Amino acid sequence: MTYLAYAVAGWLFLAGSLGIARSRHLVQAIVALSIAQSGTYVLLLGVGFQRHAAAPVFTADMTIRSAVVDPVVQAMTLTDIVVSATITALLAALAVQAAKLHGTADPDDLRTLQG
Amino acid sequence: MTVLVIVVPLVGAVVLLGLGRLLPRRVSDGLAAAAVVATCCLAVALLHRTGAGRVVAWMGGWRANGTHGVGIPLVADQAGAGLVVIAAVLTCAALVYGWRYFESVEGHYQVLILLFLAGMAGFALSGDLFDMFVFFELMGAVAYALTGYKIEDPGAVQGGLNFGVINSLGAYLTLVGIGLLYARTGQLGLAPIGAALRGHGADPLVLAGFVCTITGFLVKAALVPFHFWLADAHAVAPAPVCVLFSGIMVPLGLYGALRVYVVGFGGVLGAGDVRRTFLALGVATALVGAVMCLAQRNLKRMLAYSTIGHVGLFVMAAFLLTPDGLAGAAVYVAAHAGVKAGLFLTTGMLLNRYGTVDEHDLHGRARGTGFRVAFLAGAFGLAGLPPFGPGLGKALSEDALGAAGYGWSSAVFVLVSALTAGAVLRAALRVTFGVGPHPSHARRTGETSGAEEQEVDVPLRRVPVTMAAPAGVLIAAGMAAGMVPWFARAASRAAARFLDAGGYLAQVLHAAPARPVPASPHAFWTAGGVALGLVSAVLATGVALAAVHPAAVPRGLRRAAPALRPGFQVLRRAHSGHVGDYVAWLLLGVVVLAVGLIPALTW
Repeated sequence: MTYLAYAVAGWLFLAGSLGIARSRHLVQAIVALSIAQSGTYVLLLGVGFQRHAAAPVFTADMTIRSAVVDPVVQAMTLTDIVVSATITALLAALAVQAAKLHGTADPDDLRTLQG
Repeated sequence: MTVLVIVVPLVGAVVLLGLGRLLPRRVSDGLAAAAVVATCCLAVALLHRTGAGRVVAWMGGWRANGTHGVGIPLVADQAGAGLVVIAAVLTCAALVYGWRYFESVEGHYQVLILLFLAGMAGFALSGDLFDMFVFFELMGAVAYALTGYKIEDPGAVQGGLNFGVINSLGAYLTLVGIGLLYARTGQLGLAPIGAALRGHGADPLVLAGFVCTITGFLVKAALVPFHFWLADAHAVAPAPVCVLFSGIMVPLGLYGALRVYVVGFGGVLGAGDVRRTFLALGVATALVGAVMCLAQRNLKRMLAYSTIGHVGLFVMAAFLLTPDGLAGAAVYVAAHAGVKAGLFLTTGMLLNRYGTVDEHDLHGRARGTGFRVAFLAGAFGLAGLPPFGPGLGKALSEDALGAAGYGWSSAVFVLVSALTAGAVLRAALRVTFGVGPHPSHARRTGETSGAEEQEVDVPLRRVPVTMAAPAGVLIAAGMAAGMVPWFARAASRAAARFLDAGGYLAQVLHAAPARPVPASPHAFWTAGGVALGLVSAVLATGVALAAVHPAAVPRGLRRAAPALRPGFQVLRRAHSGHVGDYVAWLLLGVVVLAVGLIPALTW
């Protein structure tokens, strides 16, 4: 199970990167970036995972010795999600503006900056 | 006090964001300036305190208990605090300059600038890897917004997108690296990670964690092949924003990578392998930046490539990982920040007066004395002419590299300084003196012109003092840095402290008292440094004259040009402005970095 999580994380990251590299539309590029980032969520949660462990919420029927999954990586994942929401929104706004100003959202046709 | 350096600009930004629309422009400008000046004073006070040793502040009083703490520290040493001072000073200049540069801002510009300062300060002072990532992302998100600030300009939107996508991908790789390191060590603090890895073998997981973690920082530092976004972003961002990008954000990326290596991995990855890999990357960065710099007609894009060239030189010196090399790089970074910032601000004045930053369109139009002095001073400063600041940084770096057995690197330093300064000098001769035949206005394919939207409705008749003064002060400060011996000695002490990883771990983990570090007493101009500085200044003049009067170049040299052209065309086409290409280069760069560091494995 654990190795599978790492493999999925790596695959998501590479698939997302490839999606940006081959994108024909800015929205596709931005969604691909989000996919690459989901790889980091899977990796972080995979790092903190333990078999047969509960969520890190201590209820009355648990003792201090009860096995729980690592809450630190979950906090990191939450922070990561907040960051990604900001960045995705900002990039999406720029993409809308690019489509308006250039009349196209295909990165191949954005030719103002080169050389 | 350490935390106030981050909190003050953050609070200022939040207050301005809430009240910006209600307040008159002058009041919001005043509030922003007060916050930045306060941050600047706090940073200077912090820098003063670090003279006696690192200042460690535990957030919420959660201290480390040996290596088993869960606390998050801010750790300030001279290098970190010094970078915050530079950031605050440049922010101050950018803010004052913006008073007249932007006709209408509605508080947004000031808010973004303040948030940017908070992000930079947090990144420079953090002693925790995950916190570094968060501040890095704060810095990043604000920087993308500032790049695309002129939202009606097609170039600005494209530049902002390229910058945002590449930097975010780099940042996610950093997060992957942090996750891997957490999996290996169970720690997120730099010091506990360093303690856990010391004596632990360099297995592939540690290497992968290191490479991924620093990739994001190297994207920010614009190392080849992660550098493509930089020219796009600088070409379109408002001039005062370029000041912050080139002057401090790019060096901060380099600082992050160095800090992570020295504290976290110094005990596990051999310095020799790291030095070799980064020397190669530094040389490539320096040469690519210098060649592309010479080929630009958009003045801001030219200055951007010049920054890439200089970053390559900083990397070569800093990753020697010796106190002398790092001190040279520190002096170079500080002086370069002043001079380059002044040049960007001067270019912004050209835009608001003449409506373009295109070298060809501006031919002979800006003949004012102020423009002449600023450009000539900037050009000869960048060339490394003694006794000015960038020249001292260059000389110290060359001496350190020579002493470490890399004497050939002086040739790279001289060549790159001459080419980047030659490009600026060429622009100065054409734009402010009208020298040489009038170049064609037509934009060739595969080239970025200097057409840019103005920030004022009516072009300025004369340059206001709030724009001229920051530029003048910054250039003068950058140049003067080479004439004060204590500055070089302070850099030398800062470098020795920075490299003392054992002291860092002891002070953070065990609250040990700071131990004194030796400073190199003779860190100043040497005869060799002066000679090499003069050589690059003369070469830069030659490059500039040859560029404005191609007909006067000896025939033998002119024959060499066609042989170089195909290689140059390939290089130019690689800078395609296509975000997909940039991602491919980024992945290639990660592989190159990992392969370069494979010899460091002890597994």
